[in-house]
Amino acid sequence: MTTTLIIEQVLNGLQFGVMLFLMASGLTLVFGVMGLINLAHGSLYMVGAFACAAVAAATGSYWLGLAASLVVAAMAGAIVELLIIRKLYSRGHLDQVLATFALILVFSEGTRWLFGSFPLYLNVPEILSGSVELPGGIHYSLFRLLIIVTGALIALFLLALIHKTRLGIQIRAGESDREMISALGVNIDRLYTIVFALGAALAGLAGAMVGSLQSVQVGMGEPVLILAFVVIVIGGIGSIKGALVGAVLVGLVDTLGRFLLPELFAIFMDPASAKAIGSALASMLIYMVMAGVLFFRPTGLFGLNA
Amino acid sequence: MKLKTIALAAAFSVATCLGTFAASHGNKAKIGMITTLSGGGAGLGIDVRDGFLLAVKKFGEGHVEVVVEDDQRKPDIAVQLADKMIQSEKADILTGIIWSNLAMAVVPATTAQGKFYLSPNAGPSALAGKGCHQNYFNVAWQNDNLHEAAGAYANDAGFKKSFILAPNYPAGKDALTGYKRFFEGEVADEVYTQLGQKDYAAEIAQIRASSADSVFFFLPGGMGIAFMKQYAGSGVDIPLIGPAFSFDQGILQAVGEAAMGVKNTSQWNKDIDNAANNDFVASFQAEYGRLPSLYASQGYDTANLIISALKKAAVSDADAFRAALKAAEFDSVRGDFKFGSNHHPVQDIYVREVIKEGDVYTNKIIATGLTNHSDAYAGDCKM
Repeated sequence: MTTTLIIEQVLNGLQFGVMLFLMASGLTLVFGVMGLINLAHGSLYMVGAFACAAVAAATGSYWLGLAASLVVAAMAGAIVELLIIRKLYSRGHLDQVLATFALILVFSEGTRWLFGSFPLYLNVPEILSGSVELPGGIHYSLFRLLIIVTGALIALFLLALIHKTRLGIQIRAGESDREMISALGVNIDRLYTIVFALGAALAGLAGAMVGSLQSVQVGMGEPVLILAFVVIVIGGIGSIKGALVGAVLVGLVDTLGRFLLPELFAIFMDPASAKAIGSALASMLIYMVMAGVLFFRPTGLFGLNA
Repeated sequence: MKLKTIALAAAFSVATCLGTFAASHGNKAKIGMITTLSGGGAGLGIDVRDGFLLAVKKFGEGHVEVVVEDDQRKPDIAVQLADKMIQSEKADILTGIIWSNLAMAVVPATTAQGKFYLSPNAGPSALAGKGCHQNYFNVAWQNDNLHEAAGAYANDAGFKKSFILAPNYPAGKDALTGYKRFFEGEVADEVYTQLGQKDYAAEIAQIRASSADSVFFFLPGGMGIAFMKQYAGSGVDIPLIGPAFSFDQGILQAVGEAAMGVKNTSQWNKDIDNAANNDFVASFQAEYGRLPSLYASQGYDTANLIISALKKAAVSDADAFRAALKAAEFDSVRGDFKFGSNHHPVQDIYVREVIKEGDVYTNKIIATGLTNHSDAYAGDCKM
């Protein structure tokens, strides 16, 4: 095991973490501001990936596809908010879970109806494929590096938005006292639609970027959704900073765990069972971290003290 | 083209609801097909169904009636559907299941009720060895077969040290076991990934750091698409070998350039030159507007096997019908086809290479990996 391998794995963990952050930030805002559990957030991720693949295939430009993923996911988010989600704010969490679960089915079958059951083609553009050499002789994929940079920029943008702008003040106020902010004359309906569309756009962008690395197919959003929920629970619901820290933590723990645990078990076990047990344990590791965090801080790392 | 596919799919769904591909003379049988038509693995089930129904349409006139249901890749739903097929639909033969865990939930119960089950895909080792049954036939392969052929090919290609990789579930473990059973070189490292994992950066970094001269991977469906794209983008150039499941016609287009030149093992390819296969490839394209995959070929062979047996014996005469199935006197798209003692195929397994024909990525056969290959479990089967 060499230092370059470990550094490369840390970069992989970071890249995975910032992708999770794009998903989790929307989820945590929607939950924090509107008190809504949105299981259909993973569908918006899928919508972004399909929009990118379809537009990139039709126009030949990956960048137009990426822009389309933002626009289409934001539009899908806004439409869903206006037509369905809006009716759910006053309902209990069980109704919200049922309705947004139904939305997953509608989005999945709708996408299959439009695009068919076979995965779509979407690949990293020529200019970003291949790897770059970093200082210290580390070869790293250029596209993954770009994902880390994009994710970091979006994190900065969101933190500035929440803490420095008028919209951010309204969002934070909405989190702490919904009735008071509407009594103060803020158009709360419009604010909700904007927050929901913003979260949807970020999920769509994540879907498009991850889809170019992985595969664009129906049902791609749900596994990521579960991880995003883990992230916001660890970070504290409603906190963008918490989502960022939680996402990077989950990304690093998952990536390094997958790689280091089998090596660790191999010290005192025969290699074949060390591999099997190590990788089985690695897949549980983030949930153990989540349980540990909740034990010491029941509201998450940056959660409000309830 | 896409519109036509959708229209056909719709037509079949309607047919499913009505439940009729009616028959009028000769020995008749009702076939219950339980397969995956929705969710992530739908492409495989759709191919099996389309291949099967194509054979029924071409050759099964008057012999079979097919009822198709979607198992959503869930074992509990597959079990419910099997009960429904047997008890209320009165099906004589069940078929269609793609996934080994679903097959394990349905097949033993089906055969225990005296019905026939013909597998067009899943071939778990448990049903090939001690758990074999006289009414269970596998028309595709035993799960280990294609991996064993990959191991044999790695020897032929002169590879000495392989990095091997599969998801951490029973079929993944069977895959690595199968590869190691035939590969004579050294294993550089053995990695189990999570089932459904889509990011392989950590594993690719390990491959780069290993001193392997070849990488064997079994990552079916979307997992394989993700792995190959990331592998091609990583700049690692150690040659890849895998079973056909990551290189079938349905997913190659999504992988694109990244799959070019990769060697993979399969019991079927569209360029196997015999009359049955040429006819199958041409009529599948005419019917559905796309190239058939190995799953479609397996569905097609399964239907033709059933039809050939029905022409000789009635399904109500179970012993005669079983003997007719066992004889396997049909024109397989694979060429010669026969069953071993445990009712699993004894067949040639080929090595294919991914090529590009015009704008379409597809495979061509470059060598034979294993000839007249049976499986490692046949000896445990007491039938």
